[in-house]
Amino acid sequence: MLTAIFAVAALAVAFGLLLGFAAIRFRVEGDPVVEKIDALLPQTQCGQCGFAGCRPYAEAIASGEVEINRCPPGGETVVLALADLLGRDAAPLEGGEQQKLKAAIDEQTCIGCTLCLQACPVDAILGAPKHMHTVITTECTGCELCLEPCPVDCIAMVPVKLEIATWRWPLPKPPANREEGPRP
Amino acid sequence: MTRTLHRFHGGIHLPDQKALSLGRPLRQAALPSELVLPLQQHIGAAAQPLVAVGERVLEGQMVARPEGFVSAPVHAPTSGTVIAIEARPVPHPSGLSALAIVLQPDGEGRTVEYQPHSDWSALDPSTLRNLIRDAGIVGLGGAGFPTAVKLNPGPHTAVETLILNGAECEPYITCDQWLMQERPEEIISGALIMRHALQAQECLIGIEDNKPAAIAALRSEVARRGLTEAIEVVEVPTRYPMGGEKQLIKVLTGKEVPTQGLPIAVGVVCHNVATAASVHRAVELGEPLIRRIVTVTGHGAAQPGNFEVPLGIPMGELLAQAGGTTAGFSRLIMGGPMMGITVEQPQAPVIKTANCLLAVTDDELERRAPVRPCIRCGSCAEACPVSLLPQQLYWYAKSKEFDRAQDYNLFDCIECGCCAFVCPSNLPLVQYYRYAKTEIWAQEREKRASDQARRRHEYRVAREERERLEKEARAKKKAAALAEGESDDKKAAIQAAIERAKAKKAQANATPPATDPPAEQPAGEGAAPAEEKH
Repeated sequence: MLTAIFAVAALAVAFGLLLGFAAIRFRVEGDPVVEKIDALLPQTQCGQCGFAGCRPYAEAIASGEVEINRCPPGGETVVLALADLLGRDAAPLEGGEQQKLKAAIDEQTCIGCTLCLQACPVDAILGAPKHMHTVITTECTGCELCLEPCPVDCIAMVPVKLEIATWRWPLPKPPANREEGPRP
Repeated sequence: MTRTLHRFHGGIHLPDQKALSLGRPLRQAALPSELVLPLQQHIGAAAQPLVAVGERVLEGQMVARPEGFVSAPVHAPTSGTVIAIEARPVPHPSGLSALAIVLQPDGEGRTVEYQPHSDWSALDPSTLRNLIRDAGIVGLGGAGFPTAVKLNPGPHTAVETLILNGAECEPYITCDQWLMQERPEEIISGALIMRHALQAQECLIGIEDNKPAAIAALRSEVARRGLTEAIEVVEVPTRYPMGGEKQLIKVLTGKEVPTQGLPIAVGVVCHNVATAASVHRAVELGEPLIRRIVTVTGHGAAQPGNFEVPLGIPMGELLAQAGGTTAGFSRLIMGGPMMGITVEQPQAPVIKTANCLLAVTDDELERRAPVRPCIRCGSCAEACPVSLLPQQLYWYAKSKEFDRAQDYNLFDCIECGCCAFVCPSNLPLVQYYRYAKTEIWAQEREKRASDQARRRHEYRVAREERERLEKEARAKKKAAALAEGESDDKKAAIQAAIERAKAKKAQANATPPATDPPAEQPAGEGAAPAEEKH
């Protein structure tokens, strides 16, 4: 009887130590789910989801506070990817699909106030006080955060030009009348 | 001379329509009023223009240079004036425009001095590749991969077999057949040059058995030159898509090219016969790729046949030279009926990869109505020459499950159209695969862009944080200095400054006005009271 109690107690202590050691040795820094969600978000940092950037939104999704359909720049692709990752239902996108836009500064009107430089979350605007500013188009994420602070309204959002290299085949129209069978 | 042939999975028999364009001899296309030379007529980076608007150029002059390793230059097909460098419609399924050099021919046909290299066997493979690269040669079978790159197997790769692809399996196209029948000497000469560039052990020419005249012509040319040991002309069964690179390699050698790999992985390099002929012209005659043979055919064309055309001729113009269209004409296709693309704008030019202009009538290629749901019959899987599961790919593409589509090797699909051809539900399967492929590429581009944006955002946040801390530190230091009063150092510095100022003032007072002679200038403090007395 006593032997059994000792044996079980000894095992408990041994495993306790092992687990305790493992908890310290293999400690996971941060929440890996947040990293994974953040990796799927388009990183426009636009705040259209109601959070101060992509990472705060990722944290909110991970904690289960918000729906996964609040990222308009990501579009349906991001909603589907998030649904796949988190095992949630893919809700239709809030606000619908958006056309991809990039900021363009009218350099004749720009007064060089640097307000847009401070607003750009990815440092995609180049300029200096009282000197003309310009957008580094390849780095612009189209977040529109520079529009509001501009005192002379010289920034416009311009649709990205369709090019052969980035052109996509359209999805063929589905059969007209009948619903298709079950999925594989 | 019997060779054991192998089989590839699937494939289909298509009704032959080659007789349509073989009834007439080769015609030379007349020069149009302008030639449009797109800078991107190949796979790889677009060429960079070397000429300015208004410049006069000669036939064979390089007008755009290659940019990077996988690229090809563009040459002027005739002499004339560059009248524009601007976006023009190009043959592409999007119907979009791309940058092109527009040349107005002067009709004089003045050429640059071509540099023939009839002694090419003395040249080393690298020099030979550079000659071929500078001649702007790309795969003429339809893919347009720069030939010089494909002729470069790399330093430690031995090439066992060079295969020349003369299968021409698309049912309407006859430009390669015509070339093999009428100009076999060019093809054999090109084959020898390519074999030398690759240092390949053997050379095979694969031709479908529905082209006996082409086989005979090439065989007699090989025999005439006494090359029967070096080059073997092999008759292969007529089965679409025999002209697919991997399919032909499988049939001729029994080797299977690994998934997403290149033929060089199994020691094979495959080139089109027309490419071989243009390599011959580039090396032995010094003439760059400025013209090609194009089949103009289909029941929508009034006088179908083969044409030798200058590159850049508008497709509509070429069709007009083939007698224009018939009453039932419905649309123009570049390439064959199976893999070709519809050309919306007839002003789009003939480019290096345009082997065929197919003018079809309404009832010629059956309008595939009505589309019905997939019944999972599996016919497509039986027909697939790459042994894929087309129905699974279809479901995944349709439901946008692109990861699953890639698990089912979507990117091994050669878009040959066999699956869609046999589909009893008339599903446009290839369109779904093309959709999925371009969608996956777009997602990869967006992923790269968002990773870049994340890095930039993180740097910005880090920078703002650093600046804030620096500012705080400065403010703290200032506050601390104010709180404990001026430090000794500072006091001493101020004192020293006061001393200096006093001394300076004293010196200034001691100095008499500038009019005084310098010799009388008194020195020291003793002079000061004396001055005060004045």
